Amino acid sequence: MGWLFDPAHWSGSTGIPLRLLEHLGYTLLTMVIAALIAIPLGAFVGHTGKGGFVIVGLSNALRALPTTAVLILVVLWAGLGDFPVYVALVLLAIPPIMAGTYAGVRAVDPATVDAARGVGMRESGVLLQVEIPNALPLIYGGFRGAALQVVATATIAAYTGAGGLGRFVFDGLALQDFGQMLAGAVLVALLAVLVDLGFAGLQRLTVSPGLRPVGTGGKK
Amino acid sequence: MTWIFENWERFWEVTEVHLRLSVVPVLIGFVLSIPLGWWANRSQTTRAVLFPLANVLFTIPSIALIVITPVLLGVKILDEINVIVPLVVYTVALMLRSVADALAAVPGNVIAAANAMGFRPLRRFLTVDFPLALPVTIAGLRVATVSNISMVSVGALVGLGGYGQLFTEGYQTDNTPKVLAGLIGTVVLAVLADGLLLLIGRLLTPWARAGR
Repeated sequence: MGWLFDPAHWSGSTGIPLRLLEHLGYTLLTMVIAALIAIPLGAFVGHTGKGGFVIVGLSNALRALPTTAVLILVVLWAGLGDFPVYVALVLLAIPPIMAGTYAGVRAVDPATVDAARGVGMRESGVLLQVEIPNALPLIYGGFRGAALQVVATATIAAYTGAGGLGRFVFDGLALQDFGQMLAGAVLVALLAVLVDLGFAGLQRLTVSPGLRPVGTGGKK
Repeated sequence: MTWIFENWERFWEVTEVHLRLSVVPVLIGFVLSIPLGWWANRSQTTRAVLFPLANVLFTIPSIALIVITPVLLGVKILDEINVIVPLVVYTVALMLRSVADALAAVPGNVIAAANAMGFRPLRRFLTVDFPLALPVTIAGLRVATVSNISMVSVGALVGLGGYGQLFTEGYQTDNTPKVLAGLIGTVVLAVLADGLLLLIGRLLTPWARAGR
């Protein structure tokens, strides 16, 4: 662990803080883009009940897609840079978010949806004011699972020369410097835990208290 | 697609390696997760230790685990064990929860009835609890298998075999069809394995469809 605590590795353009920020940057922007694509799709399909088969099939096929291959293909096609990283990571993050949103909207009590229609809500109101708020716990479930995968996988970005904590893993590998590789791995795992805590906090702030699990065996 | 047919022998060779590197860990992980899941379902303390541990293990990036394993085990970096051990870890981390949840969902009155009929614990587990837990367990196994098949490729970044080799070689030689061939191989293998497990699950649990 000596490498990790050497002050020389904590500053400058190749230092740990900068790499951490790069890694966090990849993660957050990926999650925003993926959420903007996956939540509307999942919500629409969950709301109308049409195309559920397509959504499930599509997310399973996307799950099997090796992120390394996607990254390399986009690099070969569009050149080096951050763009291929985002394409690969967004494709990785979409299936869990879409599946969570779809499952969440489907799982809303039909009586609640009927009641919303009964009091005269338009379809858009039913979806935005009733179904989505009620589905939030499951949406967050999918979202946080995706975030964990994205933090872990953003490491691979460094293979094609991009930044992030993966730099330490790949540079360490090239130099046979196991201390550096280990430091990279530990930092990624720590960042994953921190990101998950952050989203758990966001979840607490945005999910209606009425939807919190009751009793002792509450879910994490 | 033409790359696959023009280089069939090579393609088949990496397919075999890929299959071995993904199936072996799934089998080992599956066998390990059954007693662990059973244990986590029985004891709250075990559950409170194993579940968070599994979550943390799952966040360690596969590339990191693959490069750390040789240091921990004292083997060469090009040993296949360096992919197998991390994938066993991920499989157990994922399956543990499935098995424990599946066992927890076995109806209490069924267990009570089996006990009343005089089933001993081991036999009850093998002939009552475990079969009833199979649908959820197999669902977990399918996720683990597909993610393993996709993750084996990461091993190529440190020089190990499987479709991932087509990715790294294709990258170094600017050969898009070669990368695509590996990608197609991975997805096809994942879809086939998933379908096979689905089929096995249906055959093993005919009662799951009886009510429909």
